[in-house]
Amino acid sequence: MAVLVDNNTRLIVQGITGREGTFHAKGCAEYGTRVVGGVTPGKGGTTHEGWPVFNTVEEAVKETGANATVIFVPPPFAADGILEAVASEVPLVICITEGIPILDMVKTWEIVKRSKSRLIGPNCPGVISPGKAKIGIMPDRIHKEGSVGIVSRSGTLTYEAVYQLTMRGIGQSTAIGIGGDPIVGTNHIDALRLLNDDPETEAIIMIGEIGGTNEEKAAEFIKANVKKPVVGFIAGQTAPPGRRMGHAGAIISGGEGTAETKMMAMADAGIHVVTSPAHIGETMATLLGKA
Amino acid sequence: MKIHEYQAKEILRKYGVSVPDGETVTTLEEAETAAKTLFSAGSKVVVVKAQIHAGGRGKGGGVKVVKSLEDAVAASKAILGMQLVTHQTGPQGQRVRQLLIEQGSAIDRELYLGLVLDRATAKVVFMASQSGGMEIEEVAHATPELIYKEYIEPATGFEPYQARRLAFALGLKPSQIAEAVRFMIGLYKAFIETDSTLMEINPFITTKDDKLMALDCKINLDDNAMFRHKALKELRDFAEEDPLEVEASKYALNYIKLDGSIACMVNGAGLAMATMDIIQYAGGSAANFLDVGGGANQEQIENAFGILLSDPHVKAIFINIFGGILRVDTLANGVVSAANKLNVALPIVLRLEGTNVEEGRKILKNSGLNFQVGTTMKEAADLAVAAAKGGK
Repeated sequence: MAVLVDNNTRLIVQGITGREGTFHAKGCAEYGTRVVGGVTPGKGGTTHEGWPVFNTVEEAVKETGANATVIFVPPPFAADGILEAVASEVPLVICITEGIPILDMVKTWEIVKRSKSRLIGPNCPGVISPGKAKIGIMPDRIHKEGSVGIVSRSGTLTYEAVYQLTMRGIGQSTAIGIGGDPIVGTNHIDALRLLNDDPETEAIIMIGEIGGTNEEKAAEFIKANVKKPVVGFIAGQTAPPGRRMGHAGAIISGGEGTAETKMMAMADAGIHVVTSPAHIGETMATLLGKA
Repeated sequence: MKIHEYQAKEILRKYGVSVPDGETVTTLEEAETAAKTLFSAGSKVVVVKAQIHAGGRGKGGGVKVVKSLEDAVAASKAILGMQLVTHQTGPQGQRVRQLLIEQGSAIDRELYLGLVLDRATAKVVFMASQSGGMEIEEVAHATPELIYKEYIEPATGFEPYQARRLAFALGLKPSQIAEAVRFMIGLYKAFIETDSTLMEINPFITTKDDKLMALDCKINLDDNAMFRHKALKELRDFAEEDPLEVEASKYALNYIKLDGSIACMVNGAGLAMATMDIIQYAGGSAANFLDVGGGANQEQIENAFGILLSDPHVKAIFINIFGGILRVDTLANGVVSAANKLNVALPIVLRLEGTNVEEGRKILKNSGLNFQVGTTMKEAADLAVAAAKGGK
C-alpha cells in the first residue's frame, strides 16, 4: 500500500501545453501514472502529445473522471489554478509552482482548508509511491518500492534520502514533498498522519528545514501518536539568521525557526535525529536491522 | 525585498498615515538646506537619520537629535559617508549614502505596531505593544502577554473593532481612539496593497498634543509579488546589497554570501543548506549558499562559476548536484566549459548523482581537467575541506 497516489490515480495536468507541463506529464505517464488529460485555457478541444486538452478543470474532470491534478502554471496565475481545482472538488491537488505571492496563498488557503480537496505544495516536488505512480518532478529511477515513508520540505534533499535508502536495498512506500513555502496545503503533521495510518509504512523519515515552527509541532504529534521508528534531519544548521535560504519559508526570524530548537524538539519526541545529511540512510538501515 | 525608511514613509503618506515632515538628502549642502527649512518652519528639534537597510541604527550612532542648524550640519557631516556598524550589518558595517532630515516630535508615549504573516494560522496578524522602541522579539521573549494580537480574516480584512481593541489595549486616550483606528486601517491597507511581508512602526508615538505618528517605519516587500508592482520594484537599492548577490540575481541564481572558504554550487535549497551543514561537520566553512535551481542550463552554470570565483576568500569549490530536472551531463558540460574559460586554478570537488550521472562523470573524466570526485556527500565534503586547507 501507499498513500495519496497509486494505481487508482487518474491525473490531469494544469498547464499541460507548457514546457514544464509537457515534460513532466510525459515523465509521470512513463512511470506508470494514468495521465488522462490536461487543462490550458483557450486550447480546449485540441490534443497535446495524445492527451485531450480542456479549457477548464471542471470540464476536464467531467470528461476524464480525474481524481488528481498537478499544477505547472506560472506563479502569477498558480493560486488561481489551485482555486479552480478546488472549485471542481478534485480530491488531490498538487502544486509544483515556486514563487506564488504570499498574500495570494493567504486568501487561497482560506478556501482550500474548508474544501474537500487536499492540497500538496506549492513549491514542492510532488508525491511518489514507488512501483505504482508518481505525480511530480522527482527522478523516479532512484526510487525502490518498499516500506519507508518520507515527508520533506525540500525536493533534492528528499532525493538524497531516497537514494541513500535505495543504495542500501531499502525501499519506500510513499515520498511526500510538502514544499518550501511559508504556507503549504499539507504540513508535516498531515503527512505524518497519513504515513502513520498506512499499514505498509513501517518507518518514517522526516526532513525539515529552518523557518516556522512546523517541525516542533510535528515532533509533539509524533511523541503522542507515532509508534513507528522515525529518522529526522533539519537542513540549515549553519544558516545565518534573517536570511532567506532559497525557499521562501526557510528563514530564521525573531529567534524563531532555528535548526537547534527543531532538532531538540524532535530528539525529545524520540525521533532519531541525525546532524549530518549523509547519515539519514545509514541510521534508518540500523533501525530496520538492515545495516 | 527591503526598502529604506524614507521610502516606507512615502508609502505610509499615500495611505493617510501620519509621519514626520522631512526630506531625503545625499549631500551635506542638501542636508543643511533641509534642516534650515525645518527650523525656519518652527521646528525646535530636528533628527538626522542614516538611511541604510539594517536595523539598530540609533545604537550604532546613525541617528542624531539636534536643536540648532550648526548641530544639524555637524551631525550630517559625521553620519553621511560613515561605515555604520549595527548588530545587523556585520563588523564591516554599511556605508551611509543617504540621510533623512526630519522634524523632531514632542514625544509623549512610545508604542509599537506591526503587521506580519503568522505562519501557524496562515493569516496576517496585527500586533501592538506598549513597549515602543524595543525590539519586538525581546518583548515577545520577556513578556509575551504584553503583545496584543489581532488575526485578520483574509475574506473580510482588518475590521474597525479589531483596531479599537488594539487601541484600547495600548491605553490610548478616548480622544485618540478614532484617530488610532484610522491610522491602523491605513497601515493594513498599505500592507495588503503593496504586497508587504512585514510592516513595523517602531516607535508608534503619541505626542504631547495628543497626535499619533509613525516615527520610524520598516517595510519588507514580497519579491514574488513585484511582477504586479512596477513602481515598488524600483525602490530596490542595489548599493545596500552585496555586489555578488546583485550579480547572481541578474542570472536568477539563488546566492547568499557567507564568510567561509569553500564555495558551494548545489541544486535545490534544502540540499544547498544541507551542504553548508556537512561542510561544517567536516571541519570547514561554506563561502556561500548557492542554489542553481532545477532548470539550470550550461550558461547558468558558467555564470554561477564566475560568481563563486569572484569571492577572494574562496580556497576550494564544492559542487554537489542531485540531478532531477537538472541533468548531470548538462552540469558537467557547464563546469568543464567554465573551468576552461575562467582558467580556474582552485581545486574543484564534485559529488554528482541522479539523471544522466554516468554521462556526466565521463565528461569530467575526458576533460583533462583536475577534478576530485567524491562518491558520497560525506566523502566529497571531506575532500573539499582538505583541499581548502591545503590550498593557497
